[in-house]
Amino acid sequence: MPHDHHDHDHPHSLLPSDPALRVKALETLLVRKGLVDPAALDAIIDTYETRIGPQNGARVVARAWADASFRARLLGDATAVISEMGYYGRQGEHIVAVENTDSTHNIVVCTLCSCYPWPLLGIPPAWYKSDAYRARVVREPRQVLAEFGLVLPEGQTVRVWDSTAEIRYLVLPQRPAGTDDLTEEALAALVTRDSMIGTGLARAPE
Amino acid sequence: MSRVHDMGGRFGDGPVLPEPEGTAATPPVWHKRTLAITLACGALGAWPIDAARRARESLAPRDYMRFTYYEKWLAGLADLLVERGLVSRDELQGAASGTGKRPVQALTPRALTADRVAPALARGGPATRDSDVKARFAPGDAVRTRRPAANRLVPGGHTRLPGYAAGACGRVLLCHGAHVLPDSNAHGLGERPEPLYAVVFAAAELWSDPESPSDEVVLDLWQSYLEHA
Repeated sequence: MPHDHHDHDHPHSLLPSDPALRVKALETLLVRKGLVDPAALDAIIDTYETRIGPQNGARVVARAWADASFRARLLGDATAVISEMGYYGRQGEHIVAVENTDSTHNIVVCTLCSCYPWPLLGIPPAWYKSDAYRARVVREPRQVLAEFGLVLPEGQTVRVWDSTAEIRYLVLPQRPAGTDDLTEEALAALVTRDSMIGTGLARAPE
Repeated sequence: MSRVHDMGGRFGDGPVLPEPEGTAATPPVWHKRTLAITLACGALGAWPIDAARRARESLAPRDYMRFTYYEKWLAGLADLLVERGLVSRDELQGAASGTGKRPVQALTPRALTADRVAPALARGGPATRDSDVKARFAPGDAVRTRRPAANRLVPGGHTRLPGYAAGACGRVLLCHGAHVLPDSNAHGLGERPEPLYAVVFAAAELWSDPESPSDEVVLDLWQSYLEHA
């Protein structure tokens, strides 16, 4: 049987110990070797800084709140619906939307690495990638939610989704009370990133 | 048997420290560069995402634990570049010492150029495939996960069954269709697509002291990880 030769040989240790110098050394080498175009690196960074972020997911949620038939389609085939909105893409090739209700609260994690629905929420926050969140939220989700300031009623089931495959989960938070008259755009402003991960709720209207 | 990345359920990590939204400090430039270089190198097509995950979790436990998030990415990337012969150990050493200055080579046609970034990110890399493997389970079926949570093709190899869910009984919730099997694809042993399921477990099935008897954990699990219970 093949063995995992990584265990015996780690070339990465040849790079400088300071991380900023390490990435600079690797980038310089890759550019000189013609493997990486520095302009492409700038374009990738710009994409995730300015074009892709939780504002995308918020538009999906707001539309689901405002339009019952859209909500039904989202819960049935989120990948198709999100593609129509132009949000299909890397780390969002297979999306499933899970709906919070009075009886069930959903939370998303990736205990094995840091899988996250990039096209809808952007690059994950540091806490999502932290050992503490990865290790603990599957075993004691209520305690972890309390650290976010969220205490759920005992009678509400907590369902934690561990993203172990290429399916990316989007939590559809509950629509706040007193928002009947709001436009879709105003609704989207109430949808926080954390409410779409499940570590928070949507904001109440002012 | 276990690897350091497989930390679900572990005790001792202390509190989660959420940053209120919009208040996070601007990340250091090298974080962004590492993300971008990783994506640009991935676009060369020399390895699948399963191999990138394998490279990161194959770091020595002491490195995995002392490295920050993007240092893990950077280390996994450097190891993969050498493994696939795109960069040599000597070149890495030269890059580190600044002695490896060489003439700039023309950009390879495989390289991701700036104009191709948007379409490449929009295209993504779907993991679904046509498959002859017949689905053995349907929603509602009672299933048990295999134990131990180990790669059956490569000792110590990549698998996506976390240790905390090994040998546990659950119920099939969703069928996702046939997906590439990471256990083989991460090791260059082919995609071997097979049915993938979302399986729900009662918290009490996984933990000795669950917070609430009604709480649940859902995992996406490949058919070969499962048997009828």
